[in-house]
Amino acid sequence: MTELKRIGRIKFGLLSPQEVRKMSATKIITADTYDSDGFPIEMGLMDPRLGVIDPGLRCRTCGGRPGECPGHFGHIELAAPVAHIGFAKLIRKILQATCRKCGRLLLGEEAKKKYQDDIKKLKKIKRSTDDVIKDMFKDSIKTGVCPHCGEEQKDIKFEKPTTYIEEGHKLMPSDIRDRLERIPDDDVELLGMDASNARPEWIILTVLPVPPVTARPSITLESGQRSEDDLTHKLVDIIRINQRFQENREAGAPQLIIEDLWELLQYHVTTFLDNEVSGVPPARHRSGRPLKTLSQRLKGKEGRFRGSLSGKRVNFSARTVISPDPNLDIDEVGVPVEIAKEMTITMNVTPLNIKECKEYVRRGPERHPGANYVKRLDGQRIKVTDRNCEELAEMLGPGWKVDRQLKDGDAVLFNRQPSLHRMSIMAHKVKVMPHKTFRLNPTVCPPYNADFDGDEMNLHVPQTEEARAEARILIAVEGNMLSPRFGGPIIGGIHDHITGLFLLTRGTTLFDENDALELLRKSHIKNLPKPAIYENDKPYWTGRQIFSLMLPKGLDLTYRAKACENCDVCKKSECEKDAYVVIKNGELLCGTIDEKAIGAFTGQVLDRIVKEFGPAEGKKFLDNATRLAIRVIMHFGFSFGIDDEDIPQEAQSQIYEIMMEAEKKVKRLIDAYEIGELDALPGRTIDETLEMKIMEELGKARDQAGNIASQHLGLDNSAVAMAISGARGSVLNLTQMSTCVGQQSVRGERITRGYDERTLPHFKKRDLGAAAKGFVKCSYKKGLSPTEFFFHAIGGREGLVDTAVRTSQSGYLQRRLINALQDLEVKYDGTVRDTRGLIVQFEYGEDGIDPSKSDYGKSVNVRRIVQNVTGQDLAEV
Amino acid sequence: MKKFNVLDHEMVPEHVIISKKEVEALLTEYSITKEQLPKIKSVDPICKEIDAKSGDVVKIIRDSLTAGKSIAYRLVVD
Repeated sequence: MTELKRIGRIKFGLLSPQEVRKMSATKIITADTYDSDGFPIEMGLMDPRLGVIDPGLRCRTCGGRPGECPGHFGHIELAAPVAHIGFAKLIRKILQATCRKCGRLLLGEEAKKKYQDDIKKLKKIKRSTDDVIKDMFKDSIKTGVCPHCGEEQKDIKFEKPTTYIEEGHKLMPSDIRDRLERIPDDDVELLGMDASNARPEWIILTVLPVPPVTARPSITLESGQRSEDDLTHKLVDIIRINQRFQENREAGAPQLIIEDLWELLQYHVTTFLDNEVSGVPPARHRSGRPLKTLSQRLKGKEGRFRGSLSGKRVNFSARTVISPDPNLDIDEVGVPVEIAKEMTITMNVTPLNIKECKEYVRRGPERHPGANYVKRLDGQRIKVTDRNCEELAEMLGPGWKVDRQLKDGDAVLFNRQPSLHRMSIMAHKVKVMPHKTFRLNPTVCPPYNADFDGDEMNLHVPQTEEARAEARILIAVEGNMLSPRFGGPIIGGIHDHITGLFLLTRGTTLFDENDALELLRKSHIKNLPKPAIYENDKPYWTGRQIFSLMLPKGLDLTYRAKACENCDVCKKSECEKDAYVVIKNGELLCGTIDEKAIGAFTGQVLDRIVKEFGPAEGKKFLDNATRLAIRVIMHFGFSFGIDDEDIPQEAQSQIYEIMMEAEKKVKRLIDAYEIGELDALPGRTIDETLEMKIMEELGKARDQAGNIASQHLGLDNSAVAMAISGARGSVLNLTQMSTCVGQQSVRGERITRGYDERTLPHFKKRDLGAAAKGFVKCSYKKGLSPTEFFFHAIGGREGLVDTAVRTSQSGYLQRRLINALQDLEVKYDGTVRDTRGLIVQFEYGEDGIDPSKSDYGKSVNVRRIVQNVTGQDLAEV
Repeated sequence: MKKFNVLDHEMVPEHVIISKKEVEALLTEYSITKEQLPKIKSVDPICKEIDAKSGDVVKIIRDSLTAGKSIAYRLVVD
């Protein structure tokens, strides 16, 4: 390992021609690279003094082998100076701010002194001097006559990319260089430059550094032909034009030709530095592909900074599509055999595990839990193949290392981007399976925010014992069931799990022994409790009894289910909605299990079990309860089709009546508005009042229609069951499907934009009626009329734009927050400190509470404690 | 302009300058140097009000949403 070095200082500046020559290993004079024998030509672009890339050779400058030699710069003496494209705008500013004759800044002594003092002050407190310098430029560019020599200044026009015209006369780079040279060191500081590091004239290049060959290695193709790097190609161009320029000038060619060649040289140097300058046609490869030159190597997402330095890629990782498997445990992940065979864990062979290791090696790389590589005592790594596996297994001894394939039970990290919170990476146990997707239990979808419409996820295999311990203890799914965001469960049943348990626990459905055991088969529960009733001497169990088998003994809990309507006087266990849930000693006495019991984010039962009985019990409950739910939903059968949205004829005519009535009311409102009888609400204009009243009226109409529809769609309707249990969808969705889609809106208002004083040419100008402003009275099932469809598309588009904007904005906010907070740490004394040990908070969160162990953000649940101690529910007292 | 005491404002928590002895105890409790405390500028209105000078340590007693009362310390700096 090389010694750890600290960066003391970074200095930015321009390279002076002398510096370029000093650091150069050789001058480059010929554009040729290799001679006919394939040897690099001296003083050519592949000069051996520029470093080595061919194995076996040694560098002529430092004597290092490839890999050791960092490469050395060369240089090209340019026949004529050219401007550096990166400073084109700065050149213009400097030319405008300095005198064309004496080169001094166009500032009076007094003003100059003031700026110098300002800059000195700012530098002393290490602040940015940008603003002062900007003002200085503004001041001096305005000046028309040099205050020092009295020379009248001419207007300088700048034409992109590198042409400077002074009153119709073009300034050649050599002229510009002369002018920049005349600027005294004193004034350079005011230009925001440091005369010792960056004299302005160094912006105009007279010598071009040639990057070492290690920075532009040539590749030998299979055909034996050499293919050169883009940078080399560009340098060849520069040298050729440079030579031609020199020859022509020496031969005394006419000024016009010289100028053309000069321009060409400027073009090549410009594209060598940056091939994406606006106004300059990019230099292209023979195939037509633009060359990747210096600036392109650094810029952008795949550039050196974002792509190579900040972006890192890892080994021991896998990525594929995910799909659900409810039969897996929540902390398992199904890994395809192909992936398991490729990914390895290194085992150190000891006398204790040598038998096991030998077995892996003996199986070879092809029969699944096998081994891919072994490492001998001398450190030599040998690939295990079908042919040498027996032999290697015999040779194996303590101290060897075996790269064993991934097998069931290994801890791996599983991740889905965007990794917005800590539950985006959790440790799962491997379960090797056939087929090509990662399988995961659908209950862990909420923390990853995953679905199965083509989502892909990543898997990483920890390689050290410490990392594996950390994965198992800290990152395990089990330990992350409670979110630190709100102190409740973030893992929980979804969709079918909720519907299943809802169907099981509502009403008084009875199950005979056969059915009951069938439902419990996957939950590893073999003993049924005492049956609820006997009928014809045959024992029957209620759904609640079966569900209660999942609950740990000693669980006491009372809460209100999702169906609760917050009646003024709670009827408790007499609730006709069955929304009052009572669990006593692990026995569900009344109420229905729904989203509020086992759902992610809301699951009360789940939350209580994890907090009081520990994560292991919580995991067991969720595993068993979801498996039961799946079997229940299969037992009853659950489907949804278009005829589930059917509503009887009489209901339809009622709805029609409501719609007509609403339209009439709207019309009356408009009439009142037109004859000026409408009274404005406080703080509103009459127009706003009208809009509000119309919106209110139409909203009411839709709700009424929805109510009528839901009266006719009972709990037997699957959509209603899903909406009430919270599994999927809402009553509003149902209303929109079966009765009326309702008002479409943009920014919370009725749709107003479109044509002149109307939304569409189908309506009269200034029509304020319901239909003309985006009210959709049809249902999705019935189908929308063309105008309604158009309004619906407008409303729908707003939603899409909103999500797009929201994600980008919240992503940026998150990035900034993380950047600000990433190095803060809660120390063992409870203080929050940064890396310097500076205290940020004296007690984490002011109360020192781990939010994931808190009770929905509160540090203690007093009611719970009282209940546990006295056995009395505070709410009942 | 009418002058008023910032301490009278309900959003301004109680600030107290603590004694040398208390500072010592504080520093040993957290095993830190004075420099590792959070800072407050001596030109801060509250510092002017309680006459805290550079080098003093102020104790701030805040009402906290999560903990009821919370105590923080700040080193007065220029």
